[in-house]
Parts: sequence; C-alpha cells; structure tokens
Amino acid sequence: MRRVTRALERLGFSLAVLALVSPAVLVFLWMLSLSLKNELDNTAWPPVFIPDPPTLDNYRDVFARNDFLLYAWNSVVVSFSATGFALLVGVPAGYGIARMRAMRAAALILIARITPGLSYLIPLFLLFQWLELTGSLLPIVVAHLVITVPIVVWVMISFFEGLPGELEEAALVDGATLWQAFRHVALPLARPGITVATILAFIFSWNNFVFAMVLAGRETRTLPVAVNNMLTFEQIAWGPLSAAALLVTLPVLLLTLVAQKQIVTGLTAGGVKGG
Amino acid sequence: MPRDAAVLDGAGSAALPRRRNYARRYAWFVVPAAVVVIAVIVFPWAFTLYVSAFDWRLGGERRWVGLGNYETLFTDARFGWAVVRTLAYTALAVVAPMLLGLAAALCFHRRFPLRGLARTVFILPMMATPVAVALVWTMMFHPQLGVLNWLLTQVGLPPSLWVYSADTVIPTLVLVEVWHWTPLVMLLILGGLASLPIDPYEAAKIDGASPWQAFRHITLPLLAPFIVVALIIRTIDALKAFDTIYVITQGGPGQASETINIFLYLQAFAFYNVGYASAVVVVFFAIIMLLAALLLWTRQRVRVT
Repeated sequence: MRRVTRALERLGFSLAVLALVSPAVLVFLWMLSLSLKNELDNTAWPPVFIPDPPTLDNYRDVFARNDFLLYAWNSVVVSFSATGFALLVGVPAGYGIARMRAMRAAALILIARITPGLSYLIPLFLLFQWLELTGSLLPIVVAHLVITVPIVVWVMISFFEGLPGELEEAALVDGATLWQAFRHVALPLARPGITVATILAFIFSWNNFVFAMVLAGRETRTLPVAVNNMLTFEQIAWGPLSAAALLVTLPVLLLTLVAQKQIVTGLTAGGVKGG
Repeated sequence: MPRDAAVLDGAGSAALPRRRNYARRYAWFVVPAAVVVIAVIVFPWAFTLYVSAFDWRLGGERRWVGLGNYETLFTDARFGWAVVRTLAYTALAVVAPMLLGLAAALCFHRRFPLRGLARTVFILPMMATPVAVALVWTMMFHPQLGVLNWLLTQVGLPPSLWVYSADTVIPTLVLVEVWHWTPLVMLLILGGLASLPIDPYEAAKIDGASPWQAFRHITLPLLAPFIVVALIIRTIDALKAFDTIYVITQGGPGQASETINIFLYLQAFAFYNVGYASAVVVVFFAIIMLLAALLLWTRQRVRVT
C-alpha cells in the first residue's frame, strides 16, 4: 500500500514537472513547425503539426528578400559594441563602488534599472536629432548603454563584494598601486563575474526592441525591429515570419543552453533585466 | 595583553583616516562609468523634466507652458484609462507568475532525474527575444487559423477572440507575460529555497509535523524576504511591459490594451507631442517609485516580524 502511494506521488510529481516545462517547449516547437511548413499547411484547419515534408523555403525566403543579413550585422555591431563598452567602464566602476561601499551610487544604478527604457528615448532622440547623428548606428549603440552599463555595474558590484579584499591589501602593502592591485589581483579573480555580466548584457542588448525601433532608419534597423516590420496584417505569411523570428532568437536560446549556470547566478544575484 | 590591545587600537585609529583616503582614491575607478551614466541616464532624466514644461511638437513649435502639461494630463480621460489598465494588467501579471513561480520553485528544489535540463528549458522563455516570441503568440491567437482556438475546440470549449476583442485582450496579454516572466520569479525563489537551513525541518519531523505544516510554518516565513524581492521585481517589470503589448496589439483593439507605456509611446512617436509625453514619463516614473517604495516598506515589515 505504501509503495502504491509513493508511486502515485511520483507520478503526480512527474506530471507537475511536465506541466511546468511544456508551455515553453510547445511554443518553441510550434515556432519551429511553422517555419518548416509551406503556407498551405500553415493555414490549414485542423492545424498541421509535423511538417511533411519539411521545407527550408521559408529560410531561403528570409535571406533572399528582407536585407536580413544587413540587419543581422547591425544587431551584431550594436550588441557587441554596447556590451564591450559597458564592460570597459562598468567593471572598474563595480570594483570602485564595492570597495568604497558607495551605496548611493549603487542606488542610482538600481533606479536606472527601475526606470522604463522608453522614458530615455525622448531626450536621447532630441539630442541625436540636434547632433544630426540619426541614420548611423552610433545613436543605437549609445542608447543600448542605458541597458548594458547598469547590468554590468550591478553584477560586478555584487561579485566584487563577495571577493575577500586581503589579496589586494597584501599587494598594496608590497607597494603596488591601486590600479595594479585591481589589474593584476582583483581582475583575474573576477573572471567568472565578468562572464556573467557579459552574457546578461549581451542578451538584453540583443533582445532590445524599443530603442532601435525609434532611433533606427531603414538601413540601421536591428533584427527585432526588422522582424517586427515583417508582420503585415493584410497578408498572412506565417512561414517566413516564423523562420525570421526563430533566427533572431536562436543565438540567445543557444547561449542560454550553454551558459545557463552563469545566467542563473547573475539573475539571482541582482534580479537585473534590461529595458 | 593590555599593551597589545593598545597597540592594535592605535593602529586601528591611525589606519582609519588612511582608509578613508583610500576610499576616495577608489573614486577614479568609477569616473568613466559616472560620465556615461550622467550622459545617457541622468541627463535624460533632467532633460525630460525640462521638456515637460513645454508644448513641444517634434519638428514644430515649442512654447513654455509651465505645469500646463500636467494639468492636461490629470484631466485626460484617455490617460486615466491607461493608468487603470496598467494597474489591472500589473495586478494580474504579478499574482499569476508569483503563484506559479512559487509552485515551480518548490518542484525544482526537489531532486529528480534530468532536473538540470528541465530547469534550463523552463527558463528559456525569459531569455528569448520578446519580439520574436510575441510574433509567434500573435499567430497562435488568430481567431480563425490560430492553434489555440483549435486546442480550445478539442477540449470542448468555445473559441475565443483572444487579442481581437476588448473584453479578452488584457487577460490574453497577461497570459504571454506569465509565460515570459514566471521563470524569473521561479529563479529568485529557488535561490531562497537553496539558502534555507535544514535544522528546523528535522525538528519538525521529530515533532511529527505534516509536510503542509512544515511548508506553512517553516518554509513560507523563512522564504518571505525572497518572495518580497521577487514581488518587487515582478511588479516593476509588469508596470513597464511594452514589447509584447506593442508587437501584438499596439494598444488595440481601439484603446483596449493601451497601457501607460503604450500611451507614452504613441504621444511621443506617433503624435510627436514630446512635451506632453515627457510629462507622462515623469508621472509614470512617480507611479513606479511609489509602488516600489510601498513594496520596500512591506519588506521592512516582513523583516521585523
């Protein structure tokens, strides 16, 4: 009898896990399914679930007609520059704030994270218009710093606070300058933290939609903006749309699968999220 | 012994000013980031306040109106409804992910085969590009050809209009939000569960407490600070929701899903009314800070009790 109840409990638990995981799995599988079927199957009723035969036409279509590669390149340039620049200024800042215990600076970063991304856009838009910079990628990179810099600083503060200061103090006693103690002692130890900050900053910059939607011209769109523009209400072109959507989010999904440990650490440390 | 203590004490007081001096020298590490933060974060805040005092049209005229925009805003019924919708959306988009996230965290806290893989799959929605996901949901919500209505008819329910009806659009958008952000709540609470001590549970077991009693009287109180942190983060994120709403409905049908953020976007970049939109930013920011402060205050109270 006891064995039966335990088996039942196990079954119930397995079903609960299945119920938790299936919404995620099903949405992504449906996305994949839509992207591998022709238009006839995509608009069939009842829906066709397994592509038979699967076709890559939608993917060919995406690469052929939508300047997809240009937009992909824009996204790569924007995300890498915004993340790289944020690391350059944000890692030392996180170190300084952690060692100074400058809680006010930390609070400012927190408020920046709380503020809606959209609210930075009006002043930045007016500023870039005034500087006549619209039409290049530079405004988009600068706007993305609003997301990446707080993420990097926040993750690095909590990381450096967890590092014992003794090693640096020993270096200082031996006559090293503060910069040397940071560069040769603290920085090598901070590599795991920097990895976490890099991954999170990159993902939230890659995923960002609203900055590029307002600031980008025809030639400077990033992938999320480009894929949103493909959505036309007049005609249903679900296949190419799903293929494009999948291609946009695929790098992030792969990165999550590879680096889930770092992502979990970073998100639980500060609960940071962009936008 | 006393002499040693005196020496230590002396060293301590001598080290104190030096240490403060060091603290100031660390400021140089912060300077580059401070410049960036002032340029792209603090300057926009200040400039928004300035712009909000003007009747300022993009590419048009600019006229000083003082607090005029705020006066208009408080009598603008469309904005009032946007606030109401935002609060309704936020309430739903906080409660559902909190409950589901707590349940999910309790599941993932137990050991079971393939737990690592299941957890990774579970957090995928949170990392996925919101626009890409929103497009797939848009297709699934299609009233005639969407897969969701097919699923409803399979289990004997009538088809729904989803985002195409003013009555169902907000709950439907919340559904996407729940799918998207429950994983973050789960992670934050799971981190709390991992840090719980095991002694109370052993004591409870000896005293013959049921699992439910252990959960109610040990887990929940110990977990409360983590739950409140998750609650604060979720509330702020729900208030700020933009991408999925904009991609799926753009505030429609009519204005049925026009939240503050969507209203703000339309004022600024569809009607080019940037002065008025800046006033919206200021009020929106005040609402967010108010709710955050309220939740922080509850957190303090939770800590005390």
